[in-house]
Amino acid sequence: MTYPIEKDSAMDARLTHFTAPASFVAPAEPVVRLNDFTRSFGDTTIISGLDLEIAAGEFVVLLGRSGSGKTTLLRTLAGLDPVEGQDVTIPKSRAVVFQDARLLPWKKVWRNVALGLKANDSRQLAEDALQEVGLGHRLEAWPLTLSGGEAQRVALARALVREPQLLLLDEPFAALDALTRLRMHELVLSLWRRHRPAVLMVTHDVDEAIALADRVVLLDGGRIVAQERITAPRGAERAVIAAPLRQRLLNALGGVVEEQAEIVALHAGARP
Amino acid sequence: MSRLKQLSRSLGAARWLSPLLLLAVLEAGSRAGFIPERTLAAPSQVIATLWSMTVSGELTDNLIVSALRVLAGLAIGITTGVVLALVAGLSRSGEAAVDPLMQIKRTIPTLALTPLFIVWFGIGETPKIALIAFASIFPVYLNLYSGIRGIDVRLLESARSFGLSRIGQVVHVILPGALPSLLVGLRYSLSVSVLVLVVAEQINATAGLGYLINNARDFMRTDIILVCLMIYAALGLIADGLVRAIENRALVWRPAMVSQ
Repeated sequence: MTYPIEKDSAMDARLTHFTAPASFVAPAEPVVRLNDFTRSFGDTTIISGLDLEIAAGEFVVLLGRSGSGKTTLLRTLAGLDPVEGQDVTIPKSRAVVFQDARLLPWKKVWRNVALGLKANDSRQLAEDALQEVGLGHRLEAWPLTLSGGEAQRVALARALVREPQLLLLDEPFAALDALTRLRMHELVLSLWRRHRPAVLMVTHDVDEAIALADRVVLLDGGRIVAQERITAPRGAERAVIAAPLRQRLLNALGGVVEEQAEIVALHAGARP
Repeated sequence: MSRLKQLSRSLGAARWLSPLLLLAVLEAGSRAGFIPERTLAAPSQVIATLWSMTVSGELTDNLIVSALRVLAGLAIGITTGVVLALVAGLSRSGEAAVDPLMQIKRTIPTLALTPLFIVWFGIGETPKIALIAFASIFPVYLNLYSGIRGIDVRLLESARSFGLSRIGQVVHVILPGALPSLLVGLRYSLSVSVLVLVVAEQINATAGLGYLINNARDFMRTDIILVCLMIYAALGLIADGLVRAIENRALVWRPAMVSQ
């Protein structure tokens, strides 16, 4: 069995058992570039000296425990937090899917998707996007009548209808049941393949990270402590091949991880 | 036997029974002479008066005068309340300017202003409408203002993340989100306006429900007084039903409404 991880692609060697001789080089022109990024609230420093580049079309998963600064980083990339005086490049067209779908309850589903679209055929665009996530039949539904999975799919449609260069996913499936979550993984991957935005997905779920990512970035205490590129094709096979990686990531996350049971505990306990 | 039991059980749970019984007792008391007419007119007498006043047009004419007072006062009061709430809710400096004044206003009971308003506006229609307007500002203001301030910041944030402009945020997120609060304020304002109407119409009115009551008092016509009280109650009920109807239309997205 071969290791699917390119050893030399790990950029940051601050985690001892991750040896990384060479710098990680993004394969294409990056759409996101953070240079020595620092963010603090009062005396508390959330993120310090962080360098990150995301290439166009790259699927990056940001992994970290609660309080590791991953949501703060995502908010910065979403343009929700001010970045004065910092070396931050983010693309103009961005879209975010939050953990809670955050649909406007007083707008029908298709109007939520079309929110803020300037095109004349915004209804058609919204319809197409909803067809794509398999909700073509719920166009006229009120958001509060949707199930959690449906609401999250509407949120995905709302994000993708803007054809963003950068798609940000903030633990989008954390509140869904396991089966729905797996279906959503498939959906996200197929949408990503079709639209090819750069994706930054925040999660604390190692298995989710391995299933989806081109690159896993591990954040701890506001620093990137490890990065791993996964080149193996996505699917059932990848999980097997990536077993050692999974072990390393779990160790790095700080859990004493032996068996599957520990991962469940991690899921349950790592909610922010 | 069992049918009788069933009947008595269903009668025991009926909520309409005790008011009807009360009316029957009053009627019997009046007819037997225990309750003099100058103290309280018999229910049948009140109904008859209601009918004759309606037929003669006396009631309708005065009711229209009163209704116009309420509508004019409410139109001014609600508009002012909405504008002030928007100013205070949507901008920090607006809040600093408007909210202290409104809180001061809140501490003054509106009806205590009646003498001042008579000095200012005389004894015509103006002080009556002004009192109703002044009283109905605050419920609308307070509820809409807190509704705007209570908007779910996560919804605003997600709207911002899609590049919605400030105006777009106000139109698509803030105002629809504050609408339920506005309707609560509207309901309070409507009931307050009827309350103030009663007092305002005591100011030297020459028409309106208050005028009818004052006149009836002078002639000790308790039946007319009771008819007017019934009309006031009906006005309150109608106002409430109106807001309910608006809510049913405007808030169809709420789960309770959706599931119906």
